[in-house]
Amino acid sequence: MALTEERPPLELTAGDEPVRNPLGAFSRPSSSYGWRSWLTTVDHKKIGILYGATAMAFFALGGLEALLLRVQLAQPEGQVLSPEVYNQMFTMHGTTMVFLVIMPMLAAFSNYLIPLMIGARDVAFPRLNALSYWVFLFGGLFLYSSFFLGGAPDNGWFNYAPNSGVAFSPGHGIDFWTLGLQITGIASLLGAVNLITTCLNMRAPGMTLLRMPVFVWMALVAQFLLLFAIPVITVALFLLMFDRLFGANFFNVEAGADPLLWQHLFWIFGHPEVYILVLPAFGIVSDVIPTFARKPLFGYPFMVFSGIAIGFMGWGVWAHHMFASGIGPVSVAAFSLSTMFIAVPTGVKIFNWIGTLWKGKLIFTTAMLFAVALVSQFTIGGLSGVMHSVAPHDTQQTDTYFIVAHFHYVLFGGSMFGIFAGIYYWWPKIFGHKLSERIGKAHFWTMFVGFNLTFGPMHIVGLQGMPRRTATYPEGMGWDLMNLLETIGSFLIAISFLMWVYNVVASRKNPHAGADPWDGRTLEWSISSPPPAYNFDVEPTVEHLDEWWHRKYGEDEHGRPVRREHFTYLSGVDEASRRGGGDDPDVDVSDIHLPSPSYWPIVLALGLPLIAYGLIYTYWLAALGGLVIIAGSFGLGLEPSVDPDAGHGDHGDHGPDDEGHDQELAEVGAAAGGDDDEEAS
Amino acid sequence: MSVSEQTATAPAGAVPEGAAHVPHDATTPAHHTSTGLSHEKLAMWLFLGSECLLFGGLISTFLLYRTREVTAGPPVGDIYDIPFTSVSSFVLLMSSLTMVLALSAIQRADHRRARTWLLTTALLGSTFVAGQVYEFTTFVHEGLGYTTNLQGSAFYTLTGFHGVHVTLGILMLLSLFVMSLRGRLPAGKAETVEIVGLYWHFVDIVWIIIFTLVYLIPA
Repeated sequence: MALTEERPPLELTAGDEPVRNPLGAFSRPSSSYGWRSWLTTVDHKKIGILYGATAMAFFALGGLEALLLRVQLAQPEGQVLSPEVYNQMFTMHGTTMVFLVIMPMLAAFSNYLIPLMIGARDVAFPRLNALSYWVFLFGGLFLYSSFFLGGAPDNGWFNYAPNSGVAFSPGHGIDFWTLGLQITGIASLLGAVNLITTCLNMRAPGMTLLRMPVFVWMALVAQFLLLFAIPVITVALFLLMFDRLFGANFFNVEAGADPLLWQHLFWIFGHPEVYILVLPAFGIVSDVIPTFARKPLFGYPFMVFSGIAIGFMGWGVWAHHMFASGIGPVSVAAFSLSTMFIAVPTGVKIFNWIGTLWKGKLIFTTAMLFAVALVSQFTIGGLSGVMHSVAPHDTQQTDTYFIVAHFHYVLFGGSMFGIFAGIYYWWPKIFGHKLSERIGKAHFWTMFVGFNLTFGPMHIVGLQGMPRRTATYPEGMGWDLMNLLETIGSFLIAISFLMWVYNVVASRKNPHAGADPWDGRTLEWSISSPPPAYNFDVEPTVEHLDEWWHRKYGEDEHGRPVRREHFTYLSGVDEASRRGGGDDPDVDVSDIHLPSPSYWPIVLALGLPLIAYGLIYTYWLAALGGLVIIAGSFGLGLEPSVDPDAGHGDHGDHGPDDEGHDQELAEVGAAAGGDDDEEAS
Repeated sequence: MSVSEQTATAPAGAVPEGAAHVPHDATTPAHHTSTGLSHEKLAMWLFLGSECLLFGGLISTFLLYRTREVTAGPPVGDIYDIPFTSVSSFVLLMSSLTMVLALSAIQRADHRRARTWLLTTALLGSTFVAGQVYEFTTFVHEGLGYTTNLQGSAFYTLTGFHGVHVTLGILMLLSLFVMSLRGRLPAGKAETVEIVGLYWHFVDIVWIIIFTLVYLIPA
């Protein structure tokens, strides 16, 4: 019986006259369909899709900037970009890829998957979740608007002082960078609070911490890193902003300031940031590899605790970014050692993945190819990383293309390959159909070859001394061929990305993939594809690590896994994909209370770029933005999470003056399982 | 898990006819979060953890620059008015006491007293902020502007950030006061007051650290 086919799952009525209408500005949005529903949605799955789509759009922009850089460097004495534009391009390329692609892409996966994997109906604060997304989007758009308003930031993604001061960067580019990252930082911080609360507080009964899928664990560690790293860069950004806008002296060397302060603050944020970017990708492949190796993950507790260890040790290595800045031999020695140590938990992960692959029945789907590519390519990036812990070696390589090669092997070979593994793996869960495996494999091999062709030779020219962040290089240095190869490789990457886009379009009419196309191990595969708004008909009770696999498979007398004849999907699985048992006919899904859509997140988020533009151009605009934010905060805070007028079953328990309405702070935790009557009692 | 176990754990089947309007989750302890802490309280603790790093960064910046030679204007250590700041610090610390009294009153459903203490807390906080405005004005008159030297920038930024935090706390307290006046803060919502209280106490503790490190311990 397909419950969801017969009526809209939420039964949100048109809501004729809203009783509670905070600040009287809007009537409550009620649509769960159409474009407007995307503006007001608080569903973690829709917000996850929004994050993903936005991040991929920024990926295209960041990639375009990279192509321009490579065209410029294809030959010695390149004339395509002026040095000024070149600086803007590499700055925006780095800033985009870190803050507007990989971070939101991982937010996309975390948003979509964490509630499904821990057996929850949504995140802890659904409207805050929507707010995070809109704040991130407006922050990104604000940053990019600098291209049209006098030039983009041009001081590198690390934006070292004192070069970032007004004296050396008189344009507004740096202001856009500072304010734009403040805004996206707010989004990350809100997201971190929300997702950590979700992971810790909303696990289904029996879902102990050590039964959580590794992706959830790695995302949790990354969110903790965000929680503590974002305020540090916030301080740095504020100091810089006050220097530039109000004439403070934090990085004013003339007044005796220490420009190293910026480097310390930036890298105390920046190194944990590296793990923020890569840990969730580790989590993705830790779920993909066992599925396609047909084996449980080798050494699950080691995987979890090595991730936690990386999370702690990630705070003690930041100064290895500063070996060349004269921090003194004691600091250099200490940070050399800590950098060598952090390779240990990372190595543990590599060996555990190999252990999982060992003697597995490997199925090389596109997702698996990307996952295995992560293991191999990240190992290369990790090894060149350990090389940098040797301070004399690092001093030799600082500011050369060797560094560029290293961090692209980590962030592209690690994070992006993991992200594509996740995209191919969870696509059928999110959209109901698989991406084409044929195009997918072509995409993979093109990207794999292109990636190595682009970044492999950078090791060599780096060791030969080619400096990074320099718009041209002279002839006769022996770098010409390698640079040409790198440029060709970068175009291969661009072609592979277009293949992915083509795949997305071409595959949209693929047949329905069913709830569990890969014979997955974790709870998200126990519900229909795409999942209903409420995720689970019944909150699952968890008894095992890899719960869904244990529900599908028992053991015969020799201890070999045998697929059970009967097992129950946990929500609205349609006839075509139902292979085990049936859905529970006794569950009335209209009893499930979900938080209602809201206009306030997008309104509140709009205030932030207004303030930012106002700080740059005229304070009146900033004042207006401040008013929008204050109004938005009260609107969001006073609005009940669940619209009292939205119908959800005929409970008849929503009297207009009943105290149960006072649930403005009751987010989905109450909404997921609660009823207003209980709220009041 | 076998089908029979699955059915046994599906609570909806067990809900009797007459109680049909009870959502099926109500039969499982869904209201109880995995940690036992409510989402809101856990979120506030997490946020405060993040705030520690914010103030940590600002305090470190001040400590780095307080020993530097100033190129213009007076060093900030020369113009502190310790007795005055001690009094305003005392006022702020007392506001933590009134915050606790407000929480205790609302937990007893004594809404009149709760409102009185909420308002008192907000007033004490405002007194502190007013003292800070007075202090800043005096410092500017004595020649230490925001842009005068390194120490000025660091001092005003650090204490200014703290002042903004207190101001936001006052806004939250006043919102609670108005909500209570309009009957929207029943005793069942005492946790909201508790969560605002967590924030308020945090801001107080940060001030103890700032007062000690910035004002009392000489550079």
